[in-house]
Amino acid sequence: MRRVLLILAAAVLAGSLLAGCGSDGEEPPLTVLGASSLETALSEYDRSAGAAVRASFAGSDQLAAQIRRGAPADVFASADTEYPAELYRAGLVEKPVVFAANELVLAVPPGSPVASLADLARPGTKLVVGAPSVPVGRYTRALLARLPRGERRAIERNIRSEEPEVGSVVAKLEQGAADAGFLYVTDAEAAGDGLATVRTPARLQPTIAYAAAVVSHSDVRAAAHRYLDGLLHGQGAGALRRSGFLPPP
Amino acid sequence: MRRSPFSALAALALLATVAFLLVPVVAVFADVGPGRLLEALGEESAREALRLSLWTTLLAVVIVVAVGTPAAYLLARYEGLPGRSLILTAIELPLVMPPAVAGVALLAAFGPQGIFGPLLDSAGVELVFETAGVVVALVFVAAPFYLSQGVAAFAALDGRQLEAARTLGAGPFRTFATVALPGAREGLASGLALAWGRALGEFGATLLFAGSLQGVTQTTPLAIFAEFSRPGGFTAALALSAVLIVVSGALLLGVKLLVGERGPARGRPWTS
Repeated sequence: MRRVLLILAAAVLAGSLLAGCGSDGEEPPLTVLGASSLETALSEYDRSAGAAVRASFAGSDQLAAQIRRGAPADVFASADTEYPAELYRAGLVEKPVVFAANELVLAVPPGSPVASLADLARPGTKLVVGAPSVPVGRYTRALLARLPRGERRAIERNIRSEEPEVGSVVAKLEQGAADAGFLYVTDAEAAGDGLATVRTPARLQPTIAYAAAVVSHSDVRAAAHRYLDGLLHGQGAGALRRSGFLPPP
Repeated sequence: MRRSPFSALAALALLATVAFLLVPVVAVFADVGPGRLLEALGEESAREALRLSLWTTLLAVVIVVAVGTPAAYLLARYEGLPGRSLILTAIELPLVMPPAVAGVALLAAFGPQGIFGPLLDSAGVELVFETAGVVVALVFVAAPFYLSQGVAAFAALDGRQLEAARTLGAGPFRTFATVALPGAREGLASGLALAWGRALGEFGATLLFAGSLQGVTQTTPLAIFAEFSRPGGFTAALALSAVLIVVSGALLLGVKLLVGERGPARGRPWTS
């Protein structure tokens, strides 16, 4: 028994020594909280960045809620400017920068009866949108608010589900569960042949700007700032363009 | 048990277990306060979510009990049933299945592009985005809790009593209703409480399969999630959580009192 304990102790000691050597001079990983719609672009950027990045993707509203509750994170990349601005006012993040823009489209699965925005108002049409608190849901409501009142009401009556993030809007469409859904042009392009897009008139299009900020209590602020710079000018900006994001307005 | 280092260690482990399990529960109430709790309950969206949760889980539990009780009886008492052990394992599978997997699986089976999608569609049955879909998800995730408890309860019955009832001239149904059911009621009731509790807490399968819309598919856990994401919604999320804790707790306690389950009193721990 004693010998087993001795061997175990030696193994633990050796292991910790090895681990100590390995992490010597290496920076702790950067934790990035990114909007659901940024997943493809940021994952590509994270792989090219070289440094260790731990990324977590969810609706920007959930990520903001996590930061409000003190979640340990270094960078917050939101699908809007409101959440970073709100956290900045609360002293939780540093001054946000706008790093990309996007566009809202109406996406339809193959065989959908919806071919235009006007079709959405037909009774029985199944429409999925983002929840009011997630940016894609807020943009959708901003777009609908620019329609004539009667048409807007008719479309709102056809909303069958309010999804917590844009990824689940895409999933509901790809499952053929809904006839149409509002999502970003980047998501529609990523879905490929699975979804067709119906462009919406430019006069209805809300301004969609993505802002990111370094979290105030981050332990690796220098690395976080480098990550943000890369989003604006470096490999991150390249990855964003390849995913279809527009340069910041 | 003699006082030994082990007893002290076990007592410490019990203390840690109870503290760890109770601290988050107490924190919900400490954070909300009774005033806020009532205030949050006054909001229409919260009331609607609670109402929806109450009746969808009630319906799901009724279905589970009505179909699950005879099924569990058959599984427990007829050992000659072909494929019995396979069935026993299969019905417990959703028990260990992650809710997200359950949601994907339900879509694959009953979704518009699922195996039975066209059939359901031609029959005019809609599940996705409908309250009926919520009930289907609840039955799927909750049934195994009732079934496994039910099978165990029926299996523990004394075979001679059932035999005696039958030799005294009772038919199979009468034996089931007058001897088996009363004998298994404690196990069945605790299975019911577990199934109901699981249904009340269901989140992932509902969201993936049925979607989320206030008054139609947004049950209380989905409403909690929506409130958490809304700026300034954390208190409302806490208040709804508090209600769910109270309701689930009352459910568990009520069922235990109803059947007079004496719990751990039957064993007598900590006496020498």
